Amino acid sequence: MASEAQGEETGLVFHPMEQFVVKPLFGGDTVMWYTPTNVTLWMALTVLAVFALLVLGTSRRAMIPSRMQSVGELAYGFIYRMIEDVAGKDGVKYFPYIMTLFMFIVFSNFLGLLPMAFTTTSHIAVTGVLAMAVFLTVTILGFVKHGLGFLGVFWISSAPLVLRPVLALIEVISYFVRPLSHSIRLAGNMMAGHAVIKVFAAFAAVLAISPFAIVAITAIYALEVLVAFIQAYVFAILTCVYLKDALHPHH
Amino acid sequence: MATQTNDAAGQAADAAPGMPQLDFSTFGNQIFWLVVTLVAIYLILDRIALPRIAEVLAERQDRITGDIAAAEDLKAQALAAEEAYNKALAEARTEAQTIVAKAKADMQVELEAAIAKADVEIAAKTAVSEKAIAEIRAGALDSVSLVATETATAVVAAIGGSADADAISAAVTEQMKG
Repeated sequence: MASEAQGEETGLVFHPMEQFVVKPLFGGDTVMWYTPTNVTLWMALTVLAVFALLVLGTSRRAMIPSRMQSVGELAYGFIYRMIEDVAGKDGVKYFPYIMTLFMFIVFSNFLGLLPMAFTTTSHIAVTGVLAMAVFLTVTILGFVKHGLGFLGVFWISSAPLVLRPVLALIEVISYFVRPLSHSIRLAGNMMAGHAVIKVFAAFAAVLAISPFAIVAITAIYALEVLVAFIQAYVFAILTCVYLKDALHPHH
Repeated sequence: MATQTNDAAGQAADAAPGMPQLDFSTFGNQIFWLVVTLVAIYLILDRIALPRIAEVLAERQDRITGDIAAAEDLKAQALAAEEAYNKALAEARTEAQTIVAKAKADMQVELEAAIAKADVEIAAKTAVSEKAIAEIRAGALDSVSLVATETATAVVAAIGGSADADAISAAVTEQMKG
């Protein structure tokens, strides 16, 4: 607080984290679980964007696709092939779920890059739920499909027998760290990029360094566009990898 | 600072000095709307978008395979047509060759016949000519002996002797033989 007050005197105002504050849309301070907030707004926009690309874009069902339809088909083929390659043929029936995750994350990330936007995926609450959903689904699926045989995922039969208990311990730890890394990777990337842009935006108010700050914002924005896609891709492909473990637990 | 934080705790998100991400009072809200969003996206994808795109892609794949098959069909037809053409060409060529050979043989036969006929005619004409020549030659010999006799008589008369006609003709004949 004190440092902020000092900053205001020199024209430097840093509020890099303010963009992440969850606020009710229609005034008021209390955020109940059902309150329509900026989270609601930007998630609704995400749904609309998904709808526009994959439903409106393909509404003509053209043999020779329009640009929109092409992008929709590309996204479909991209995720479909990813599942087929990583999780195998029997992973394909989980395609709608992974496609849902991917489309949600990719559009949240890109919409979050609009100026004044709220990035839903920068919140650990959101990515945590996504990661836990993946973790629980995959774990339950593994036990349902293979019973106790699913525990074979921790027992690396290709390693020397002496090393196996040690490796099993490491595997168990890494298995339970998965939801944490899965969620923090996405939220952290989103949050850091947006915060850095905000910091440079504050510097842009100072005449002497504003050209540098604007160039930096542009550069980081370009990087963030890349990160927005890559993080969605990484989230989806890791989900496929975890799914593969559940479907084929024996290495 | 401490009092401010205490106040801030009451005002929830507004005064959170650190990360709004760690403001647990908004978690319920975020999770609720996230679940609503995910269900909405899942329903849109599963009910409308994905079946439609799958259908479009399958249709296009079918069309492409169909077109490729049709193209292969047409290609095979073109090859067959070319083969038939080549075969017809070869047949025509052999036929032409037989016709040419036959014509040549016919012509040879005709030619030989014509030559033979011509030979016969030539031989006949030669015989006639030879006969004529022989006649002429014989005629000429007669004339020569006549002229010789007359000349000899005239020569003898000019010398002043009276010539015996029989002796003169005998002498001429004698000379002619020699």
